[in-house]
Amino acid sequence: MTVNEIKENLLEFEIENKIEIDAAPNGNPVESKELNMLIHKALNSNYQEIRINNVCGQRFIGAGLKGDITIKINGLPGNDLGIFMDGPTILVNGNSEDQSGNTMNSGTIIINGDGGDVIGLSSRGGKIFIKGNVGYRVGIHMKEYEDKFPLLIIGGTTKDFLGEYMAGGKIIVLGLKILSDNTVVENQQPICGCDLGTGIHNGSIYLRTDENLEEKLGFGAKSYDVSKAELKEIFPFIMNFCKLFHIPKKIINAKSFKVVKPLSKRPFRSNYCSQLI
Amino acid sequence: MAITHEIISHYKVNIDREECVKCKQCINQCSFGVFSYNGNKIIAEHQNCVACQRCVIMCPNKAIYITSNEECLPSHGNYSKKIRNIIWAQSGNGGVLLSATGNDRPIRSIFDDLLLDACQVTNPSIDPLRETIETKILLGRKPKKLEFDGESDDLSKISLTTNFLSNLEIDMPLMIGHMSLGSISYNACQAIYQASRELNIIAGSGEGGLHPDFYEYAPNIITEIASGRFGVDLNYLNNAAGIEIKIGQGAKPGHGGHLPGTKVSKLISQTRMIPTGSDALSPYPHHDIYSIEDLAQLIAALKETTRYETPVGVKIAAVHNSAPIAVGIVRAGADFITLDGFRGGTGAAPIIIRDHAGIPIELALATVDKRLREEGLREQITLIAGGSIRYSADLIKAIALGADVAMCCSPVLIAMGCRVCQQCFRGLCSWGIATQQELLVKRLDINIAKKRIINLFNSWNEELKEVLGAMGIDSVESLRSNRDRLRYIGPNPKIAEILEVKHAGE
Repeated sequence: MTVNEIKENLLEFEIENKIEIDAAPNGNPVESKELNMLIHKALNSNYQEIRINNVCGQRFIGAGLKGDITIKINGLPGNDLGIFMDGPTILVNGNSEDQSGNTMNSGTIIINGDGGDVIGLSSRGGKIFIKGNVGYRVGIHMKEYEDKFPLLIIGGTTKDFLGEYMAGGKIIVLGLKILSDNTVVENQQPICGCDLGTGIHNGSIYLRTDENLEEKLGFGAKSYDVSKAELKEIFPFIMNFCKLFHIPKKIINAKSFKVVKPLSKRPFRSNYCSQLI
Repeated sequence: MAITHEIISHYKVNIDREECVKCKQCINQCSFGVFSYNGNKIIAEHQNCVACQRCVIMCPNKAIYITSNEECLPSHGNYSKKIRNIIWAQSGNGGVLLSATGNDRPIRSIFDDLLLDACQVTNPSIDPLRETIETKILLGRKPKKLEFDGESDDLSKISLTTNFLSNLEIDMPLMIGHMSLGSISYNACQAIYQASRELNIIAGSGEGGLHPDFYEYAPNIITEIASGRFGVDLNYLNNAAGIEIKIGQGAKPGHGGHLPGTKVSKLISQTRMIPTGSDALSPYPHHDIYSIEDLAQLIAALKETTRYETPVGVKIAAVHNSAPIAVGIVRAGADFITLDGFRGGTGAAPIIIRDHAGIPIELALATVDKRLREEGLREQITLIAGGSIRYSADLIKAIALGADVAMCCSPVLIAMGCRVCQQCFRGLCSWGIATQQELLVKRLDINIAKKRIINLFNSWNEELKEVLGAMGIDSVESLRSNRDRLRYIGPNPKIAEILEVKHAGE
């Protein structure tokens, strides 16, 4: 799926000839395993769109699913949302927990709220859009292969260890705060925590900030002002994000971007010695 | 004048000048750059020699032989030549010293201190040539107990309600350990997978993914998920016979992996799903596993992904507190545990970790087996033990100490032609095993290598049957954890106590 093909109305839940699952019938949440079984049952019955209501912490939703399917979640999905996923679109109307998009190959995850820790760990492709803030260790070891690369856009801010050991892909952090009435203001929190991009050897992290990042950078990472060419490259992704969450374009332009990139493709090269002893 | 601290070479390359016809075959064959021709004669650079024997065997006139270098340093009982060489290498170049293969310190093997029992008079032995001795193993989780519905004298009215999880049936209690394409060559992988299919045993994929050419062998392959998640996609998970989460490796407990970008060729790139020339760094921990609860989460995620059809296991290195960790792993839902002892092999690891970290597999295995029995968990899972299973004696003793399946790698490589020169990490293997250089890889004949592995393991299995017969046991499962069939003759009674093995004569 290219960036332009993402439907604009994804956040508006429509159900027509689509199946609905209640994750907590009569207020009693079902186990993760049972919920996933229901999802597979629906998919086996050829439903292409599943809406799950009252989700409260059930894990592994969308684990290992492939193909052109859409899962809309009302509530709070648990850890490992969309792990190993290859193609589907997951929309969450609420916050999400840790490890969304873990080792994802392709597909889209949209969180209309905050995300947890370790988002997009080791993902090789796909898109993750998070409206609010995220936690620690986000985007660790994202990689890329052939024409595939993971894209992670965060509307708010992140904590420590962002993009550690990154081996490919793009992370974009906008540093905004989207209020409940959809007004958008600058986020007063620091754009990210310490150990930014430690061991990064491919890929790039774009941060919309005036902060001096030098002191936050981890080993092997360096920050630059973003070039025009780079901005042109990421701008369509940002516009797409803005459309999804109704963010006015002019607030994006109010601050410039910095980019964190690897100093070397082989950051730990000099740590080792191969001499015959 | 600058003082050079040149390391004294380990080996001396001797060329019989009368026999040498200067055909330069040795120059072509040596991948370590020992030989050159000065227009008059072949010259050997002893410093570069690793004693891999390639030149010795390929020289048409048998004019070359390698000896230990007798040149000596001042003798010292404490500062061995190896320690002095390490100091010179590090003071010269700096950096963490790399090595390959398994721990080469002369630490006493516990397997060698164990003796096997045999039947005499009162419990007759079984003739394995005449009677069937079962060596099949079912790998995976077993139910705690069987449950039935209904109570009736008429058996046809009673049905089994226990839900059985899928198990893998293998013909020998043997697994070829995880060696990735990258650490070993394409031809070596192909030979290993073909052999394991023909023998109906299992082989590990290693942590570097599975090349599309090898998917046909997937029913005999356990794929591995390590911290780098290289090559992990739905095909990799859904086609495998089993999935193993690699937490640690015996040769380098607690250490990650650094495959240098120079080794990431097109082939490796396709397998690991990373760009060519890019470093493949495996972080030290899995960043989604910081606790047993997190491990349980990844196990559950893998089971969800494979719809509960594939056994999921966990590999840990044998370390001081393996036993409680193993209990945690079983409770976390794993179907098998792979324990890798401190002598286990590697394609590249820091010498400091390879030679000094971890504990012997014998001790870890015995304590894990004991603890799982105490907790009532042992029968539910399969325990795979590796870390220097060198020959069938080690295999048999490992089973008696509590393993269901023994895992080995180095003997497989040695069977294919490896001479144990410990240079795998340099990618120059002259036998075409631990290298990615096309011209070197071609040297390994897949068919011959495959047959040699098959011969080796068939012999081990026959030897296992001979021993079982001599013990009066007709199934390998009855030897598992059967400490009473072992006796200890080593110097340290504490070891016998930990192993729960009596001293010989008791």
